[in-house]
Amino acid sequence: MTARSGESSLEYLQRKLCSVYPDLCPLFSIEFADGVLMVPRSVLHKAAEDLKEIGFERFGFVTAVDHGDDFELVYRLQSGTFGVGLFLKTEVPRCEAVMESLTDLWPAAGWQEREVYDMFGIEFRDHPDLRRILLPEDWVGYPLRKDYKDDSVIPRPDYI
Amino acid sequence: MSPLLWGGLFGLLSGTAIALAALFGVWWERKVSGRMQMRFGPQQAGPAGLLQTLADTIKLVLKEDVTPAAADARIFRMAPLLVFAPVALSLLVVPLVTGWAPLDSGVGVLLFLAVPSVSVLGVLLGGWSSANTYGTLGGLRGAAQMVSYEIPRTLSVLALVVVAGTMRPSALMGAWRLWWLPLFAVAFVVYLISSIAELNRGPFDLPEADSELVAGYFVDYTGIRWAIFMMAEYGGMLACSLFGAAMFLGGTNGLPGLLGALVLLVKAVAIVTVIIWVKWSFPRFRQDQLMRLAWKVLTPIALVQLLVAGAVAVVWLR
Amino acid sequence: MPVEVESKRPVIDELGREVDELVVNIGPSHPSTHGVCRIIAHLDGEIVVKAEPVIGYLHRGIEKMAENRTYLQVVPLTDRLDYVGSMYANWAYCRAVERLADIRVPERAEYIRVIVCELQRIASHMMGVGASGADTGAATVFIYAFEVRERIVELFEELCGARLTYNYVRPGGVSADLPDGWIERCREVVRWAPDRLLELDRLFFGNYIAAERMKGIGVLSQSDAIAWGASGPTARASGVTFDIRKNDPYSVYPRIDFRVPVGENGDCFDRGRVKVLEAIESCRIVDQALEQIQPGPVAAEGLPRLLRPRAGDAYDHIESARGSLGVYLVSDGSPRPFRMHVRSPAFCNLQLLGLLARGHTVSDLVVILGSLDPVFGEVDR
Repeated sequence: MTARSGESSLEYLQRKLCSVYPDLCPLFSIEFADGVLMVPRSVLHKAAEDLKEIGFERFGFVTAVDHGDDFELVYRLQSGTFGVGLFLKTEVPRCEAVMESLTDLWPAAGWQEREVYDMFGIEFRDHPDLRRILLPEDWVGYPLRKDYKDDSVIPRPDYI
Repeated sequence: MSPLLWGGLFGLLSGTAIALAALFGVWWERKVSGRMQMRFGPQQAGPAGLLQTLADTIKLVLKEDVTPAAADARIFRMAPLLVFAPVALSLLVVPLVTGWAPLDSGVGVLLFLAVPSVSVLGVLLGGWSSANTYGTLGGLRGAAQMVSYEIPRTLSVLALVVVAGTMRPSALMGAWRLWWLPLFAVAFVVYLISSIAELNRGPFDLPEADSELVAGYFVDYTGIRWAIFMMAEYGGMLACSLFGAAMFLGGTNGLPGLLGALVLLVKAVAIVTVIIWVKWSFPRFRQDQLMRLAWKVLTPIALVQLLVAGAVAVVWLR
Repeated sequence: MPVEVESKRPVIDELGREVDELVVNIGPSHPSTHGVCRIIAHLDGEIVVKAEPVIGYLHRGIEKMAENRTYLQVVPLTDRLDYVGSMYANWAYCRAVERLADIRVPERAEYIRVIVCELQRIASHMMGVGASGADTGAATVFIYAFEVRERIVELFEELCGARLTYNYVRPGGVSADLPDGWIERCREVVRWAPDRLLELDRLFFGNYIAAERMKGIGVLSQSDAIAWGASGPTARASGVTFDIRKNDPYSVYPRIDFRVPVGENGDCFDRGRVKVLEAIESCRIVDQALEQIQPGPVAAEGLPRLLRPRAGDAYDHIESARGSLGVYLVSDGSPRPFRMHVRSPAFCNLQLLGLLARGHTVSDLVVILGSLDPVFGEVDR
């Protein structure tokens, strides 16, 4: 299967994805010139495995966004085959912030998942070495959560 | 005069000479390396920055003398002297004027080669007693390196002894002929390389390797004790350059008195400059490469040179 | 009194032999950690059994600070990420903002961005190669490399008044147009630099000892490079032909003719060499860009002082001197970013240290660290 003329890389990716993994097709969307695959938490690992299978051989980064009741986990995968990047997103409830680790697929995820754990307190199951990475071991709290507070945080006056 | 007085006098002279050599050597090294690196080197203190090292010395003397709490205090304090004293002693046998050396012994060459080996003890003890992992590693590296490089160094000088038929440095210097230069060119290179390694200078400065072991065996030393290590290094540089100039390059060329001494000094400074040049141009060896160079390259070469010298001595000179 | 080295303890290796393992703590203040990295090195004699980098000593919480500033105020923060190559972080961030707020950048500004970033690549690689030289004990290499860097930094100083943290690339363009005569001076530098770079190449990579020290050390295979998320010269030295400038072209790079140097062996030697070759290639890029640049505006017209991009998220990446540098921005429609994440190539590349250093000596450890060229402002953020 190759790209048709006049078809963008993303459209080609969408067509390929729909033909190989029909169950992922409805979850895929193109937002602001970026491919987004929004999946439920339970199938994320499987989806990542499938994506790696069809040519997303590079792990870009993983990070999280605090939306209050739940965290949005954002994975960025990069493909040489399609020449595009892709967002793989999922929602993780705040009360049960656990996710499966992708270190078995990409060892590159190791430190990045540690960083998400460090900053958001999201636990990654089956991670070989889940410790804080940037902050000291004895740090209390997860700084990038929106409700994080400590003595050194000075609220900025809202002058805008 | 009583031997004690002699000893004291020579000690004083030798110490002063080394201190002066270190003062000049540090300044010269900074100037030469500065030129090599498109900068000026010291230029503010005194004419052409000559007094910079003196100012640094005053600073070092005034600094606090710290012994780390975990260190083995007595050995720690003694180690710099153990490195310095053999270097100072070895200077005694170097012939400075035609036909004269402060200690013109019949086994002078042997003395010169053997006495500085005691420095190994100082390096090892200094590194070990600081109770610092960098120091320990540096001390061990230093011991292995200095012991290994003694062999090619001794063999290269031995080639001269075989041809000259004497171990008295002043006699050896007097026996020098121009054809020695091509004959012993290889021996001289081996001598120079192994001397640099003995001195722990770049590219063989593994025991102090500032990018890996920070300062290696003297990482915990401060002030005057650190300065003594430094003085030993520059004193050693002076000793090996003077000795090399006297033995391999004809020394005073038979010129009398001060004139001869001046010729010798110029040759020695030239050797010092080469040593500095090498240090600032080359990266550092790794431990295994260093050992390979000593045992698999320099030692066989020195042995072949010894063989050649022996053949010359037997076939030609008899 | 015998010295008790506390960290000394017997360890059983894979073959069941008892080895004396010495734990050496390298850093965070150490001449060759390139900043404030701490490495816990487990040594068997001189051989590294395990090397574990401990990072975070320079963590300033830039991602958190960005949430409290307006979009324009974040630009100086990005300077502090990769302080050896500030232009890159500026640009990556601005591209993300431009994508989010749908800003069109004038062509002249794009050319200026390419020029300054390629100059920055030379300057940054000179830092990397020079530091590798210093790590192997060749102090003169460092100074030679810095001569080139200095000329470029002087150009930057003329451009924006700063020598390290430029704050030059702004959302919508650049902060100021090129000063009079800058193009000529810049052309002079990039025509002079290749000779100096080749001289540096001969001085360092042509040296027998340097080659002995770096060849076959810290070999990264092609598959490992991809799996461990390596990018930039670190990946390309292993034969991975991935360069965002070619594979996901941005700005005016498609109009410029350049090659991407690729190594073969993936060892420290190739990682260093690729940097010098890339710097020479960058000179060519700048030269072409200087030919092609046309007069015009250098900032987008009618941009509000206070950007309020649409709610949503955007990611954009560029090829920095260290690899794929990306910025992920989330906006909630307010004048401040809701979340900013930096995909830092130095962070990903540093992860390889433990893998590469195993089995080499402690001397090689610092050479390997130097060849990965980490900048801790970017690693720790």
